[in-house]
Amino acid sequence: MSTDTTTLPVGRYAYDQVDRTFLSQRVAQFREQVARRVAGDLSEDEFKPLRLMNGLYLQLHAYMLRVAVPYGMMGSDQMRALAHIARTYDRDYGHFTTRQNMQFNWIRLEDTPDILELLARVDMHAIQTSGNCIRNVTCDEFAGAAADELLDPRIHAEILRQWSTLHPEFSFLPRKFKIAISGSPHDRVAARFHDIGLVARPGPQGRPVFDVFVGGGLGRTPIIGVKLRDNLPEEDLVAYLEAIVRVYNAYGRRDNMYKARIKILVQALGVEAFREKVDAEFALMNRADYRLDPAIVAGIRARFGIPPLEAPADADRTLAAARRTDPAFDRWVRTNTHPHRHEGFICAVISVKPDGGIPGDITADQMDLVADLADSHSFGEIRVTHMQNVVLGHVRKDQLHELWQKLVAARLATPNIGLVGDIIACPGLDYCALANARSIPIAQKLSARFANPELQERIGPLNINISGCINACGHHHAGHIGILGVDKRGQEFFQLTLGGSAGGDVAIGQILGPALPEDETVDAIARLIDTYLVLRHDNEQFLDTYRRLGAASFKDAVYAPA
Amino acid sequence: MPLLENGQVTQDRWYMAAEGEALPDGAVIVPLARLEEGLARAGDAPLGVIIAPDVDVAALRAALPRLELVAVTFPSFRDGRAFTQARALREHLGFTGEIRATGTPLPDQYEFLLRCGVTTVQTERTEDVSVWQQAHTIISIAYQPSTLHERPQGLGLRRFLS
Repeated sequence: MSTDTTTLPVGRYAYDQVDRTFLSQRVAQFREQVARRVAGDLSEDEFKPLRLMNGLYLQLHAYMLRVAVPYGMMGSDQMRALAHIARTYDRDYGHFTTRQNMQFNWIRLEDTPDILELLARVDMHAIQTSGNCIRNVTCDEFAGAAADELLDPRIHAEILRQWSTLHPEFSFLPRKFKIAISGSPHDRVAARFHDIGLVARPGPQGRPVFDVFVGGGLGRTPIIGVKLRDNLPEEDLVAYLEAIVRVYNAYGRRDNMYKARIKILVQALGVEAFREKVDAEFALMNRADYRLDPAIVAGIRARFGIPPLEAPADADRTLAAARRTDPAFDRWVRTNTHPHRHEGFICAVISVKPDGGIPGDITADQMDLVADLADSHSFGEIRVTHMQNVVLGHVRKDQLHELWQKLVAARLATPNIGLVGDIIACPGLDYCALANARSIPIAQKLSARFANPELQERIGPLNINISGCINACGHHHAGHIGILGVDKRGQEFFQLTLGGSAGGDVAIGQILGPALPEDETVDAIARLIDTYLVLRHDNEQFLDTYRRLGAASFKDAVYAPA
Repeated sequence: MPLLENGQVTQDRWYMAAEGEALPDGAVIVPLARLEEGLARAGDAPLGVIIAPDVDVAALRAALPRLELVAVTFPSFRDGRAFTQARALREHLGFTGEIRATGTPLPDQYEFLLRCGVTTVQTERTEDVSVWQQAHTIISIAYQPSTLHERPQGLGLRRFLS
């Protein structure tokens, strides 16, 4: 076993020959499944769950391939492979999703085995990015780098990725199943909006323990997850998750797909009865079979490359000087960076949301540039965020100005992280077969309307989330301002929800009133934000103003313009 | 399709008793509703039971020592409850007899079935047996424990199948 972590790729689990053999077998298996479909030996009904487990959807106009970016971590080599796929098999761009994956929207079924083979060459895949199985595990985008982190969650995210990969018992669950893991006291993974949310921290003797939340989710029935277990010891992590998913597999509803998620089961049984069932299963298990031995964890940890963090002593002063002389850079540093655990480094967030752009869309050339910048400025490591942006996790402070200048040249330096322009939007009716309305044009209009960075900063932290249908892929319930597309007699209307939050102060947004016609929606939101600016106390954030005053203060602005 | 065991076609010595029909001599699989009747049968002819996916296998606990076979059911390949039933039979109830998958599981699920404790497959599907045999061998590595206690690979949770 290699323990020389300095020669391994930084930030992600390094594959060896066994992992690569598995991936090539998986590609061969899918190639064979496609052949059986083409030959008519598999019906579309039978083929569907098989292709979904390889990330392949049939959308409105074409097949869509969702490539896994496990817990959001990838290397520059992998990003270049995605750029190549975008150029060769798609229309020169890709799309980052809220599950930290990348989607290609214009894929041909016949090309898919070849694309999966290209991905496998850089240790990537599309396994379980869809289907009624345990999906790609998500994680804090600043994992292993953030100053506020208590425990690096990527090691356990990788363990859960491996554990859930082709899990024999849990590959045909009642519905999809999503797990998120955080190692920071500041929840950046929306732990309580997941089927299982894990919050890790060091416990006795420094060994990790986990708080386990279960039964959260958005969609048609938004529910905040409940805490099922405090201080779960690391060695029981796999056993306890097996117990939860077993109870779900046995008792989850299968008669109605809209009531099949674990959140419905938890609500139907009640938390206490659900916990009793999980505890009973856990007590029956031969825990030795499922024990996560410290040696297993150490073996996986040893496959993660660790960046040699060395910065000049005056890196901080060099950055401060650059900020004083360049106000635009100073603004970007304020909005688009996050404190690093090393004083000479900083995490840089690359906004994939230019003014008037499509949230999360990135061109092949931009992908290549991000790969180059990761090589020159962040040890070749790239992170995808659940906000559909990109992070370079370990940038030397004295080199941040140079990095920013290169981003400016590539239109990747929009200073809007956490602000009005940092909109989450689903693909909507432009691509999605389920949608009732187009999300992208609303996002583009809002983004263009609030393009002024001074105005955005004055408005302050404000999350706008847009979903094109009730399935809530844009997480509108969790937005400070949520926008839900609805269809009214063939016309696109948009319903507003206010007060949602995915963070530690988790909340489900409340519907403000009747849905608005498409051409009035952006103006109404602009009036709503103007009203907030008038009503707020000094520098009060939108969410706090809303919580202090309630919905009534904003209704007039939206429905009865002066 | 003929009965499958370890990817090979095998002889089926069991008779599946239908509703309302008198139980014959010899190896017979009864529906759960007729389990008491099967257990009360004279002699010690082999007895099996077939259960629906919504049955809690703990209900078989008392009868299990006298059962040689439990058949689990896939009314659709999408309904994965029988995976959990098979695993619970092996792990919680210590059942060592034959677990038979019936209904319409996909050949692509074959390895999953085996790893959850199923030993034979009697499917209503019609494809060539070679498709099932291939599904049995195409993936040789797994990343999680199973009822088969496969040989660990040494790194993490990995193990080699077969």
